[in-house]
Amino acid sequence: MSLLEIKNLHASVAGREILKGIDLSIDAGEVHAIMGPNGSGKSTLAQVLSGRDLYQVTAGEVVYDGKDLLAMSPEDRAREGIFMAFQYPVEIPGVSNLYFLKAALNAIRKHHDLPDLDAMDFLGIVKEKMALMEMDQSLLNRAVNTGFSGGEKKRNEIFQMAVLEPKLAILDETDSGLDIDALKIVAHGVNALRHPSRAMIVVTHYQRLLNYIVPDYVHVLAEGRIVKSGGKELALELEESGYAEMVEA
Amino acid sequence: MIEDIRAEAKERFAEMGYPTTHDEDWRFTSVAPIARVAQALLPAAPALLPAQIPGVRICSLAEALLNEPGLVEPYLARYASYQTNAFVALNTANFANGLFIHIPKGAVIEEPIRLVYKSFANGLPTVSYPRNLIVAAADSQATIIETYEGSGGTYLTNSVTEIVAGDHTVIDHYKLQTESPNAFHVATLQIQLGRDTNFRSHSLSFGGALVRNDVNAVLSEGSECTLNGLYLVNGAQHIDNHTSIDHAKPHAASHELYKGILDGKSSAVFNGKILVRKDAQKTDAKQTNKNLVLSEESVINTKPELQIHADDVRCTHGATIGQLDAEGMFYLQSRGIGKVEARNLLIVAFARDIVDRIKVEPLRDRLEKLLLEKLHGSRN
Repeated sequence: MSLLEIKNLHASVAGREILKGIDLSIDAGEVHAIMGPNGSGKSTLAQVLSGRDLYQVTAGEVVYDGKDLLAMSPEDRAREGIFMAFQYPVEIPGVSNLYFLKAALNAIRKHHDLPDLDAMDFLGIVKEKMALMEMDQSLLNRAVNTGFSGGEKKRNEIFQMAVLEPKLAILDETDSGLDIDALKIVAHGVNALRHPSRAMIVVTHYQRLLNYIVPDYVHVLAEGRIVKSGGKELALELEESGYAEMVEA
Repeated sequence: MIEDIRAEAKERFAEMGYPTTHDEDWRFTSVAPIARVAQALLPAAPALLPAQIPGVRICSLAEALLNEPGLVEPYLARYASYQTNAFVALNTANFANGLFIHIPKGAVIEEPIRLVYKSFANGLPTVSYPRNLIVAAADSQATIIETYEGSGGTYLTNSVTEIVAGDHTVIDHYKLQTESPNAFHVATLQIQLGRDTNFRSHSLSFGGALVRNDVNAVLSEGSECTLNGLYLVNGAQHIDNHTSIDHAKPHAASHELYKGILDGKSSAVFNGKILVRKDAQKTDAKQTNKNLVLSEESVINTKPELQIHADDVRCTHGATIGQLDAEGMFYLQSRGIGKVEARNLLIVAFARDIVDRIKVEPLRDRLEKLLLEKLHGSRN
């Protein structure tokens, strides 16, 4: 059985249909890239999977790990192992990064009937993952994403993912706004988390990220539908021919 | 003499009566519920004296007037205006024994001076008139914590605190109000600052059915005055914070940050007056009022009132009214944090900068706890 099974998914925002019948099946251990031009519905798909209530699902179903994903609250999806790295990570003034992460990790542990992590164990995990993302420890005591540079925000997302160890990670345009050095660090962090028990969906507009995070499958999304699927070579094809040709085909 | 002042205050109240919403200063706060029960209110038991602290004179006003009139009479009832404020007039006419605190010249008092007023109204409605005179002589430093708490049915706390801070003093003042949900609380804090003083006051308001706080500060040359406030109301609570900062002399600075959290059918008023007199050149005044509105039925009236008569000054003011950030909520939930906890996290985060400015650690901890308790209560 697949880890994620999307069938004929339709979704709208403010009455306008964005997703017009998505079918996608993802197994544990796989990395799927979803590419497409602006407005194709890539980010909408990521947001719908993570439970953003701005979008209304009008038809179709999503089965995650044997459960009806669409019936679950955003927090329950996270507790069941779904993690979305935001395209625009949200600033939360007044809540420290450390406190936030601890609250998140313990909420997930509680869901699995595990006790809260003690402070020392938690700090140990956090320090290890920060080193992986080459992040300065001073970021822990700063408010979540507040005053972070674009690169720091994106790294913070992958850092959170490393700490929370999801089963299904969705990276929503994690490469946007990153310079090449930051991109390499982010990709390195993501690759370190590749695991036979973990699947990833990498949403991106550009092929560049896929040089560093090499996907098993590439899907091209256009006007709310997957118009083409293939192996990693499809990304290179796109790079050469552009979306226009693919979309018309 | 104090007896003359009391008689005058009584007379003045007889002339003024209770304010009505036709008075500009009370436009959004009707004290009719207080006026209705006023005749029936019985005097509450007098408050206990606070613990003695080495190096500070703490005694009842009556005792101080008897033994050291020279330390008291020049200040008592000289600043809080019983001529213009009906509740100050009532307090001045009626306060029972009152409290006198004198911090001697040059004294540095590290231990906070705590004034605790507790009301228990388990029967007929009662009234108390706490009255505090705090005189900090030149070059002294102290921290003062006033707490007002209570339980039971209807009662009125009508308090007046006058603080006279001499030249070069450093005073931290906190007022924590957790009255019973049925209580009326009307309080005036009158602050008279000497030259080059550094004064900070934090007004933290949680309880009461009908609450009015007046904080009035008169600054001297080089004074620095910080007025912070935090109010959290739900149910049918009403809170009115009126502040007034009188920049009477040049080179003084005032910083004011009041934050409010409103839920249920509660209502709040913020009115921040800043008066910059003609001579008060180089004044630096900043006023901010931010409100977080959690329900569609709560109401906030916020109004800056700037009167600037000098030309070389910097005065800024701003007010915001906002709701919980939906993006922030989703971000927290998407990490596994439940809806209620996410909401509380964001609300506490909103109050964070006020909480962090509280230097007395046990008070800061208590405040965080009160915030969470009240937020949980709000949901149930």
